[in-house]
Amino acid sequence: MANPVLSVKDFTVEFWVDGVWYPAAVDMNFDVEAGKVTAIVGESGSGKSTTAMGLMSLLASNARTYGSVKIKGEEMIGAPASTLRKFRGKEVAYIFQEPMTALNPVYTIGFQIVETLRTHFDIGPKEARVRAIELLTMVEIPDPEKSFEKYPHQLSGGQRQRAMIAQALACDPALLVADEPTTALDVTVQAEILDLMRGLKSRLNSAILLITHAMGVVADMADDILVMKDGKVVEAGTADAIFNRPQHPYTKELLAAVPKLGHSAKRTLTFATLTKPAPVLTLSDVTIEYPKRGRIPAFTAVKNFNLEIYPGEIVGLVGESGSGKTTVGRAAIGLIPIKAGKLVIAGTDISKATQKDLSAIRRHTGIVFQDPASSLNPRLPIGESIGEPIFLAGIAKDKDLNHMIEDLLDQVELPRSYRNRYPHELSGGQRQRVGIARALALTPDLLIADEPTSALDVSVQARFLELFQGLQEKLKFACLFISHDLAVVDILSHRVAVMQDGLLVEEGDRDAILKNPQKEYTRRLIEAVPVPDPAEQAIRRAARLAKKI
Amino acid sequence: MAILNRKKKSLEISSTDASENAIANKETEGLSQRQIVFKRFVRHRAAMISVFTITFLTIFVFTALNFRIGPWHIHGWWKYGIGDIPELRYKDCPSGNVGCPTLSIRPGFLGGKHFGFGEHPFGQDDIGRDYFALVMKGAQRSIMVMFIVGIIGGTIGTVVGAIAGFFRGTVDAVLMRFTDFIITIPSIIIGSVIGFHFGNLGATFLAFYLGLFAWTGLSRLVRGEFLKLRELEFVDAARVAGASNRRIIFKHILPNAVGVIIVSVTLLMSGAILLETALSYIGFGVVAPDVSLGLLISQYQDSFTSRPWLFLYPGFFIIAIALSVNFIGDGLRDAFDPRQRRRLSLKDRMSGRTEKKGE
Repeated sequence: MANPVLSVKDFTVEFWVDGVWYPAAVDMNFDVEAGKVTAIVGESGSGKSTTAMGLMSLLASNARTYGSVKIKGEEMIGAPASTLRKFRGKEVAYIFQEPMTALNPVYTIGFQIVETLRTHFDIGPKEARVRAIELLTMVEIPDPEKSFEKYPHQLSGGQRQRAMIAQALACDPALLVADEPTTALDVTVQAEILDLMRGLKSRLNSAILLITHAMGVVADMADDILVMKDGKVVEAGTADAIFNRPQHPYTKELLAAVPKLGHSAKRTLTFATLTKPAPVLTLSDVTIEYPKRGRIPAFTAVKNFNLEIYPGEIVGLVGESGSGKTTVGRAAIGLIPIKAGKLVIAGTDISKATQKDLSAIRRHTGIVFQDPASSLNPRLPIGESIGEPIFLAGIAKDKDLNHMIEDLLDQVELPRSYRNRYPHELSGGQRQRVGIARALALTPDLLIADEPTSALDVSVQARFLELFQGLQEKLKFACLFISHDLAVVDILSHRVAVMQDGLLVEEGDRDAILKNPQKEYTRRLIEAVPVPDPAEQAIRRAARLAKKI
Repeated sequence: MAILNRKKKSLEISSTDASENAIANKETEGLSQRQIVFKRFVRHRAAMISVFTITFLTIFVFTALNFRIGPWHIHGWWKYGIGDIPELRYKDCPSGNVGCPTLSIRPGFLGGKHFGFGEHPFGQDDIGRDYFALVMKGAQRSIMVMFIVGIIGGTIGTVVGAIAGFFRGTVDAVLMRFTDFIITIPSIIIGSVIGFHFGNLGATFLAFYLGLFAWTGLSRLVRGEFLKLRELEFVDAARVAGASNRRIIFKHILPNAVGVIIVSVTLLMSGAILLETALSYIGFGVVAPDVSLGLLISQYQDSFTSRPWLFLYPGFFIIAIALSVNFIGDGLRDAFDPRQRRRLSLKDRMSGRTEKKGE
């Protein structure tokens, strides 16, 4: 550690809440050297983002910091605002998780980069423009001259993140803080952004502080790793040491919880009879269209889609964002009408559904939503949320209903006393379990699970998947499991279907698809998934780059 | 520095359930939505004072005069009613005035009389009627108008907005264009027409008809809230559970929009008082022999220089009621808005204790 760019000593952040100072990050000690990537990993609420923001005093007014943060030898804690301003952007640049909200939507990206340049350097608008286009070229945005004039909403998510990086790199910062830079992106785009960041690091020789919860990303990028839990660093070391010789039990737990692609046991489905039973869900040649609204033309989200799900089977539906996975899921439960084709759920044809048909299928279907924060009514106690399908179906009332709710809570391993709690009193994982309990309330034949784990931490996700698998084996419902995470689909499903741009790319046995994909798109998808193992990840990366050239 | 070190040593985090934003949620931990709102509302000083003021005023005003509910007559604590015509005082009034107020709040040692209401605390009007009784009656009218307009306007606005926002499409377009149409007519003109036709039927009728036109702003806000809430996943979840549209609107979405509704209804109510006053003032609202605060002011606007009390006392009550309701509305808005954070003062910073292990 000859001359670190960033040197943090005894750094503590506390938040004031109702007269009490709660610590969010405690006694942080670490250095980041030029040309190196230091990663901070941990689950949500562990204080990693707070640490990153605290370095440059970017926290809300109810926070206080002490300790020492030195950037290029200069103390940042307690420094006057003018000094901090000089360092922000110039020496320390940030890349945030959500590029849409981090870029100002009313200015062109070119304007925003020029603004950064002209704040810190004494240059004219013309030179700034030349330099901005140079930067956009460097981050490999297609047609930089034209992109300079574009507004953030005209770019795709990956391009926006590239524009953010270009802005961050405008002043050749000594330190780049990347706070979950790829979390909002698809795996293939993520792989490209990570390649870009790695390339820039070696070219510009800047230090990178990477904040993430994804172990795969860490394995791909990091030289040194800090593992955080509840505001404290529980383990620190080189990437090799952390991944291959973890010491702290929490690190081990975290690594064990990460689902690994292609490492799960074989799942075979045996039917009671020799012949295949009738499918629970049949989609044949289904086309789904979002009707035109005002001047926005109609949009075909799914075209000629074919899929069958048999009783007791879990089918994983994967694809990138915008590929139409969720649309298929919603149509499969009668929330969206289909435009053409045939859709049969549990023996009822709802291709041209009437209200009566729909209420008939409600008893046979259930759905688990993606976002545990918005899928439960905040004004209803969870017991009532769970009991609602039973109550509306007229199966049970009052006392019987109470018993059924208690049984459902037992099933998803939540204490019975939770029935009177409100959703905000529960953690994300608990809320998602309530979501399952509600979906299973009518013991459905078909369950749609729409990205149920994407908002959960890995350790919570691992528990959730275990519970889900157990329930499925016990209750034998058929399930359409929608996910962008191939590793999760690998653990759960018997069969896998891959979607791209509203079309079914490939469908078949799990092992056939994930181990031996036939289509180029599937192959790309699988190759882009980062593996939580630095050595293996390096090999995969090399293979991917070789193919690119 | 020593203090800081001591504090740092005591820093230990209790290993609670590691939920997201653990610290941000500390303030609302284990509280229901209602408790959170109540806690924030109580912190709003002006709103709390207003709650006490309006409660006190309502009780004070409604118990002052004789009151009839169905077959029961309730005797007020004030000796005169609005129909009584006692003898007009003129002897001890300054500068030859008649019917001057006897209310004295200046204590004896400052040269005044002892505190006391006297015979006619707010004075008397031209024919000798007790002005205190008239003001009490007028304030009763104002408060009643406020509540009736609030209830009717609130109900219509909520239902129209909820239906427009939930069903969207044609229903939404029709309802909202109808709303726009009503908004384009200035409220003072609507009020004048209503007052001209129904003013002589009494304040209750006037309030009822005013309420029929006061819902427009609220319905737009409720519609916006419904447009936002209907896209949330719990609405889909309810639909999958088999809930009807009516159940989704009233059981699932409406309770989540209640914040918006309460806040704008309170603000609507304070507007209603001023509208009634304005209408009565220009002669289209409540008409004699009924009494309202606006009417009193308009009757005696000429006496502002010679007998200011005939103008000031009703004015004081208008301001007190309208201001209180407005402050309550403000307080509720702040309480329902989760983004409203109290600013951290230096005192708070210094007095905050550090969380210790095991707490």
